[in-house]
Amino acid sequence: MSQSAFHTALLDPATPAPEGLIDPKGRPAGKRFDVYRNNVVVSLSEALAEAFPVCQAIVGEEFFTALAGQYVRQHPPRDPRIATWGTTLPAFLETFPPVAHLPYLPDVARLEQALRESYHAADSTPVDPSTITTESRFALAPAVRLVQSLYPIHAIWRFTRGDGPKPAPQAQSVLVTRPSYDPQLTVLHPQAPAFLAGLAAGETLEEATPDGFDITETLTALITGGALTEPQL
Amino acid sequence: MSRISDFRLPAGVGVGYKAQHFNELVSAPGCVSWLEIHAENYMGDGGRPLAQLRHLSERFPISVHGVGLSIGGEAPLDPDHLARLRHLCDWLQPASFSEHLAWSTHEGAFLNDLLPLPYTEATLTRVCDHIDALQATIGRAMMLENPSTYLAFAESEMEETDFLAEIARRTGCGLLLDVNNVYVASTNQQREPLDYIEHFPLAAVHEIHLGGHDEQADEHGDRLLIDSHDAEVVDPVWQLYRETIRRSGPRPTLIEWDANIPPYAELEAEASRAAAILEPVAA
Repeated sequence: MSQSAFHTALLDPATPAPEGLIDPKGRPAGKRFDVYRNNVVVSLSEALAEAFPVCQAIVGEEFFTALAGQYVRQHPPRDPRIATWGTTLPAFLETFPPVAHLPYLPDVARLEQALRESYHAADSTPVDPSTITTESRFALAPAVRLVQSLYPIHAIWRFTRGDGPKPAPQAQSVLVTRPSYDPQLTVLHPQAPAFLAGLAAGETLEEATPDGFDITETLTALITGGALTEPQL
Repeated sequence: MSRISDFRLPAGVGVGYKAQHFNELVSAPGCVSWLEIHAENYMGDGGRPLAQLRHLSERFPISVHGVGLSIGGEAPLDPDHLARLRHLCDWLQPASFSEHLAWSTHEGAFLNDLLPLPYTEATLTRVCDHIDALQATIGRAMMLENPSTYLAFAESEMEETDFLAEIARRTGCGLLLDVNNVYVASTNQQREPLDYIEHFPLAAVHEIHLGGHDEQADEHGDRLLIDSHDAEVVDPVWQLYRETIRRSGPRPTLIEWDANIPPYAELEAEASRAAAILEPVAA
């Protein structure tokens, strides 16, 4: 029997176990094949829930399991590193009709994905803050991520974790930094993303600063988050 | 290909490394003398997982255990994944590397399970080719682990023990004997677990696995054991382990506990139980 036939039946519960798979008495494998079916979908669904715990909490465990089952079948991992799987979940959620009433959910998933990526990103050495001048240029640390949303994703993230008040409607841009090994979230001023984009493009601190924007708070978050490193030459 | 220096685990007891046990392992590991990691969890660019692994590798011999290469897959091995395994082995210089007699990838989709193979000449040739490719890539001999199985293939022509012995003979790889898998698969295949051990090429074994399983029944009411690694080792598996090392002599022995993970003290108690069986044989 080909692995193709095995694979097709694995992912389609309506298909009977392929012929040629037997129990010790030579009978069709039946429930014994279902063990493999269950292992594939359950292990991947659990991995997705572990990676996106806040999304899971928003929709509920049972709903998330059903959603994950669909995602597993449509977007299985493309390599064995489970930590890298799930990058397409936010886009999947945008087109998944059962969550259309939760328009903020894809951006919350983006935030959780950013946290995962930051956690596994390369280590880096931050610049010495005492050397920073208006002429300084930087590279952003590999663990830095920026998630911009029309929704209060940081407030939703905290509220869902039982760690903040009920979110009020507002757009939020969230910076992810990793001072040592634990990613941190900081809500940014609406002008800060343009500032970050300038720094990332190699502009000096002065060039990157948008007109009338006080960089103090953002710069502090970047420094304490270890987000500023020496530029690549 | 097989060189004894490719299998450098001490003949003591190790545990599967879980991040929640890091502090106990560095401060008071008890009887645990080596650690096993799942290769695929240490393929990120940096951060805590790699930092912890670097730290642990200074104190413990490390066994790298791959769970995703799909050695039994019909397609050639994924060159990107081979390169990742080589990179990990190059920087970590582990005491051993092992993988499974199973497939897990089909047409580029990774299924996150160890799927079964028919024991035929075609499978044998393919698995040996893949092991040759892996061993050439990482520059050392690997160990291949016997699977837990829940069903059989009507087309199989060989016993699993003969199949594994022939792979070891052709490729020079070592074998990793998972005694819990022997118990699970033999029960599921309605065979005698001790018969399996007696037919197994024990001279090629350089590591033993022990772990917990779950018990169910199939639609005919027959016992169906599931390899779940989420509980203590059961008494019949301890007994089978005792019988195994009585025949093989002492071997590095791992307690696998991958789900429903207990506090370190409980894991160490399982390791102590294995050590109590292993040490008199080693003496």
